[in-house]
Formats: sequence, structure tokens, C-alpha cells
Amino acid sequence: MTSTYLFLMITGLGLFAFFLSFQRTTQYKGSKRLRSLPHHYASLTAVWTAFPAVLLMLVWAVIEPGYLQEQIVTNLPAEIAGQSSEVIGLYLNKVHLAIENQMVDDDPVIQSLVVAYEKAALNSRYLNTAMVLVLCLGGIVAGLSKLLFKVHARVGIERILKAFLMLCSGVAIVTTIGIVLSVLFESIRFFNAVSVFDFMLGTAWSPQTSIRTDQVGSSGSFGAVPLFLGTMLISLIAMFIAVPVGLMTAIYLSEYATSKFRLMAKPALEVLAGIPTVVYGFFAALTVAPFIRDVGESIGLSVASESALAAGIVMGVMIIPFVSSLSDDVIKAVPQSMRDGSLALGATQSETIKKVIIPAALPGIVGSVLLAASRAIGETMIVVMAAGLAANLTINPLEAVTTVTVQIVTLLTGDQEFDSPKTLAAFALGLMLFVTTLLLNVIALHVVRRYREQYE
Amino acid sequence: MNNTEIVKAGLRKRYAREKRFQFYGKAAVMSGFIFLIFLLFDITSKAMPAFSITEILLDIPMDRVTLGVSNNSRLSIDDTVLASIDYAGLVKKALRIQFPEVTKRKQKKLLYQLISSGAEFELRQLFSDNSGLVGGEPLSIWFKADDDIDTFYKLERITSRVKPQQITFIETLKKQSRIRTTLNFDFFTNSDSREPEQAGIKGALLGSFWTLLVTLMVSLPVGIAAAIYLEEFAPQNRLTDFIEVNINNLAAVPSIVFGLLGLAVFINFFGMPRSAPLVGGLVLSLMTLPTIIISSRAAIKSVPPSLKEAALGLGASHMQTVFHHVLPQAMPGVLTGAIIGMAQALGETAPLLMIGMVAFIVDVPGGVMDSATVLPVQIFLWADSPESAFTALTAATILVLLAFLTMMNALAIMLRNYFERQR
Repeated sequence: MTSTYLFLMITGLGLFAFFLSFQRTTQYKGSKRLRSLPHHYASLTAVWTAFPAVLLMLVWAVIEPGYLQEQIVTNLPAEIAGQSSEVIGLYLNKVHLAIENQMVDDDPVIQSLVVAYEKAALNSRYLNTAMVLVLCLGGIVAGLSKLLFKVHARVGIERILKAFLMLCSGVAIVTTIGIVLSVLFESIRFFNAVSVFDFMLGTAWSPQTSIRTDQVGSSGSFGAVPLFLGTMLISLIAMFIAVPVGLMTAIYLSEYATSKFRLMAKPALEVLAGIPTVVYGFFAALTVAPFIRDVGESIGLSVASESALAAGIVMGVMIIPFVSSLSDDVIKAVPQSMRDGSLALGATQSETIKKVIIPAALPGIVGSVLLAASRAIGETMIVVMAAGLAANLTINPLEAVTTVTVQIVTLLTGDQEFDSPKTLAAFALGLMLFVTTLLLNVIALHVVRRYREQYE
Repeated sequence: MNNTEIVKAGLRKRYAREKRFQFYGKAAVMSGFIFLIFLLFDITSKAMPAFSITEILLDIPMDRVTLGVSNNSRLSIDDTVLASIDYAGLVKKALRIQFPEVTKRKQKKLLYQLISSGAEFELRQLFSDNSGLVGGEPLSIWFKADDDIDTFYKLERITSRVKPQQITFIETLKKQSRIRTTLNFDFFTNSDSREPEQAGIKGALLGSFWTLLVTLMVSLPVGIAAAIYLEEFAPQNRLTDFIEVNINNLAAVPSIVFGLLGLAVFINFFGMPRSAPLVGGLVLSLMTLPTIIISSRAAIKSVPPSLKEAALGLGASHMQTVFHHVLPQAMPGVLTGAIIGMAQALGETAPLLMIGMVAFIVDVPGGVMDSATVLPVQIFLWADSPESAFTALTAATILVLLAFLTMMNALAIMLRNYFERQR
């Protein structure tokens, strides 16, 4: 809590510095000594006051735990300090436990350690507060002194602002790096336990690891081929629905529909993309899947209650708007002269579309289909709710299959040790998913961009 | 046959093909609509039962003997006295008073199952709110029926879960008009529960609120700042290109991968609490950031350059031009993008499953550090529950979620129209 108070204090001092400086500089307004407006000086003073102090607090927060730990270690009695690192670790844990729960431990050694720790912590806190205060006051003094008139406050504050803007745009890079590192590191740890080939080429998936090593079936098998195949099967079914329907929708809306109908129909279809996927999952699991099973049974087919078909169909409907709106854009980008030329030669409108417009727009359409496919592969909630959990190596759409995303969710939603292969496997699957969707996107964007250049 | 004749001979076929093609197009558009309408209809019809609930009127005896409280009327009724009362027994007693003819153990058990197991807590609350009731006249209270009885009574659906004996009980209650169906307000004011008749969405609603608050506070300033930098200040170099490529790719990364990031970085590396709206909000803000950046950039780009040039010409600095003139003009577009991003975040489930927001949580979260769940995760959790009454609750929650999304999108559209008219 103390750091919160400290932070509030810094904020308060910063505001105080702002108003003080504002008042002071307003007196000089219009005089030639002032090169910027009062609020520029005030802002700069506030930054001088608060920024170094906040920086110090951050540095302190990083260093402090290590420093305090060291204080305990140096205070350890000689007979304990001489022992192995494990024993020392045990003592450290006990000390931390006693501090966190504010309990008095029976062991006098630990009691004395707790006292030493708390003393060190208190000292560190005092020192931190004092240094923060000095920095803040230094900032205020510098801001109010003649020093301020030597700087061009507007330039200074704008430079700081620009650095902040740049930092914010860097968040995208940091996020990407974060994703890559987090899935990569855990995956490497996973591949230390399970070989890459077993994972990529194995056909048996039963991620059961035991707590004790002597349990039956303790090894578990991590062959991900059934998952890849399941993902592909469901995505393929989805594409079978989404591509024809989405493409025909795009053609109709851009070539035939009146602008009035278009204006109404397009947002209405986009609603399909705006519905949360968990809603589709509910619909697939409770309405579509039982319906398909009943229909199948009435014609004498055995259909699993969590068939790939149900999940695939619903997912297909979900991605119709992706295909249609992207294809719509590329179809509209085809030059009117090409349409006119074809119609002038006597072709009907549908012939023009089939023989001229579609071939011309094909790269863009392929790009949109690839983007939609990457959506389908990464889609989670529909398959978690409507597809199966058991890994089946099959391409029969009437059976239950499982997918990469389903397994990630099931592996990570229980109470798990974080370093067992079972949970690490989820990160390896995540890596696969990330790489696949990234590749599809890069290819799709590349195709679309090249196509656009062709007609611009 | 000359060419004209050949063309004429084929004309009919070609026109037919044209008609067919147009029909396919219409069918494709319509199929999307039909699916949408069917989906909404299906969910609405499934949700309807959740908005009403069956209640049974019972006369709870209040005399001190039945309550087991000392008969000394001077004794003050304090918490220990209230805690000593057997509330479950009281409900059972009231049921036995209603049906004095029931004596066999098995029948009694069936009788007790009429009332929700939450009744005793309701009664306890009533007593602690108003201890003057002890020793007074018998009190008539409407108690919620058990979920199976509820389903049977309000939907008139015969299931194996309601025994014939219980049906005769219900018939008797009906004749005495001691059973009724009312609006289920508790759906909005209660939190999650194992009993469907007690479960509500207040906890999930507040969880969604806290999570979205964090998302908005993080992604809106960062998104706008990034958009301003990229659109106005970024030099044309490799770094800028790299940032742009990253933003475009992040927009297409599956949401579950952001969940993995949250788990590995926020929870395991930084040691933030699991299930907390803070972590959920951070993950969702990383996820919505590309949406906000892209739409904000488009909005900033659409500001007329003449405006910028005028400001620069009057001596404003680049930064002043951007913050005083460009950004205010672009704000409607930026806000529209932000609202759409927030709607996306509100409906997102998968990344939140990864960071532990799937726990069964009864308490209403009071801040961003409390354990919480959100609306879509609540839908996921209830959809998995075996009790059929939860299906109705799930569908009702979906309707609430869709209502919020519709409102947000309507707000975005209104905002855009309003500012477009202003211009």
C-alpha cells in the first residue's frame, strides 16, 4: 500500500508544481523572457517533478525484493548459513510466510530474521520516500528557478509528448514479442520433455501425466496429428459453407442489388460477425447438433452428438461476413471499363461476372478466403462447446473430433502444475496455431496488396 | 445457320442461366438472414422460461416453541438466538402444516423437495433483518420452488424428475392458490449459484463492467496515441513499417493466443492474481488495441488537410495542430472505433478462460482485483451445466449480452451520424 501512497503523493506534488509554475509564469506573460505559453512551463515543471520520482520508484520496486532477501541471508546464523542452499531456501520461505500472514513463528531464529527483515524493509521504505521527496522538490525548485527561462518549454514538452506517442505505438511490437516469447519458451520446455517428431507426427493424443511416476499410463502421449486433422476437418466444413454463400452474397450485393437494398443488407449481414462466438457455440451445441443427429438417425446414420458437422456448419455461418465483405471490396475494385467491355460484346450480366469479373478479382478473393480460413482455424468457443474432447483420427464429418484450440482450453482450465508437459503442451499447440494463422495472414495480405497494385 | 441464328438459338438458355445465377445470389443473401433470424428466435424462445419463476406460499410458524427459542419474553433476540434457529426445519415444518396427511418418510422427502434449497437462507435473512418477528403470528411467505418443480409448473412439461406424488401436491397447492408464477427479478440481482432457481447474472455483469473499464482505460489512450504517432509523426523508415506490419498481424491473431500471453506474462511472470478483471482487462486491451489503432488512423487520415495547413500557417506547432485541430475533428471516428472495439471485448470468451476467469464465483466483484467472471464466460459455464433449467438461464444471459452489444453498436452509429450532420 505504501507505494500507492507514494505514488499519490508524487501525483499531488506534480499537480502542485503545475499550478505553482503556472501562476509564476503567468506574471511574465507577454514579456520577452518567456518563449512559450505559461501552461507549457507548468507542464514541464510537473514532468520534472514527477517523472524522475516515478522512475526511481520503478527502479526501487525492481531492486527492493533482492536487497531485502540479501538482508535476511546476511543475518542468518552461522550454523544455518553454512548449510546447503535448500535448507536456506526453506528458512527464507518460512520467513516470508511469517511476514505475509503476520504470524509469530515458534522458532526464535525465524523470529529474529523476521525482525531483521522488517527493519530492513522499513529502512528501505524510508530511504525510498526520502529520495522520492528530494527528487520531487528538486524538480519543483528547478521549475521555479531562473533555469526555466533558459529552456524552450514548448519544444521540451512536445519532445516528451512525442516520445510518449512513440512508446504507445511500440506497444504493438512489445505485444508481438511477448506472444512469441511466451509461447516459444514454454514450447521449448515442452519439446525438452517430448520430442518434436513425436509431437508433429504422432497419431495418439492422450495428454495424461500422472502426479506419481509409478502410476499406470504415466507417460501420456502427445501426438498432435489427430488435432491438426480435426481442426482441418472442421475448418474445411466451415469453408464449404462460407465460401459459396459469402462469395454469392458479395456478387449479388455488388453487382445486382439496388443501392437501397445494399445499404440495408450489408450491416444486417455484419451482425453475423458481431455476435459473440460463445453464442454460436451455444446454438451449435444445443440446437444444430441435436438436429443433425436426429436427421441422421431418421435416415439410418449414426451421428455423434458432438459431430464435426454441427460445429463446422455454425462456424461457416459465422465467417460468411468475413468472406462477403472482403470479396465485396475486391469485386468493387474491378474497373468499370472491364464490365462495360464485356457487356458491349453481348455477354449477359452473369456471364460478365463469371468470365470477366471473377477472374480479375480472383487474387483478392483468394486472399479473403485465406483470411477467413485463418479465422476458422483460430476459432475457439464454437468448437469448445460443440466439438468433442477425445482425439479421433478420422475424416468422417459425422463423428466427434477435437481441435487444437479445444485442447489448449481443456489443458489449461483445470488446476495444473505449471511445468508439467500437460500444460506446456498447450503452449506448443499455441505456437502451432500462431505460426499457422500468421502465415495465412501474411500470404493473404501479400496477395491482396499485389492485386490492388495491379489496378491502381 | 449464320451467326445471328446461332446466338438467337442459345439466347433462351443463356437468359435462363442468368435468372438462375441471380437466384443463387438472392438465396445466398437470404440464407444469411434466415440463419440470423432463426438463431435469434431459437435463443429467445429458449430464454423465455428464465424470466419467470414459480413460487409457493407457505405459512411459517413464528411462535417461540416451534422456533426453539426460550419462552422468556424478556429475553432479547440477539444474533446467537437467531443463529440457533433451525431454518431448514422451519420450512419443512411449514410444508407439513400444509400437508398434514403426509406421514411416510418417503413422501415427506418428496414434499420437502418442492421448495428450493435456498429457502432456508431466505428465511434466515428475513429473521436477521427483523428480529421482532420471533414470537409473533405465523407469517405467509412466497418461497421459490425447486427448479424441477418450476420447470414442470410453468412449462407444464412432464418429466421423470417430477414424481406423481409431487404432482398431486402441486394440484392441491393450485386449488388453494398457494402456487404462482412471477417475474424472476433475482436473475438480475443474484450472483451465480449451483441452484438454477437462485442463480443470477449480477456478478457476471459487474465482472464485465470492471474488465471493460480496465480495457477502456488502457486501450483508448494507448490506441489514440499510437494512431497519432503513426499517422502524423512517424518517419518513413523500417521501424515504422515494422510497427505497421505488427499491428496488422495482431489484428488477425486468434484471441486464444492473447490468453496464452496473459497466462505466461501477466500471471506467471508478473505474478498478478488469477481470475482478476485487471488481468482480463489487460489481455482484452492488447486484443482490441489493433482495432482501435486502425480505426483511429482512418479517422485522423480523413481530417481535411486544409485544416491542418491553416493551423500550421497561423504558426501553431505540429503538436498543437494535431491536438487542437486534427484530433477533435477525428474524435467521432475514434470513438466509434473504440465502441466497436469494446463491443468486441465484451463478447470475447476464449482468452479469459486461459487466465482463470472460469471459476465458480458467488461473490459480486467490488473492484479490479477481486475474482470475477464475465457475461460470455457465464454463458459458457451455464451452457455446460447438466440441469435443464440452466439452459434457459444461459439463453437469457445471451439475450442480455446481445442487448448490451446492440446498445453499444447503436451508440456508435448514432455518434457517427450525429457528428456527420454537424460537419
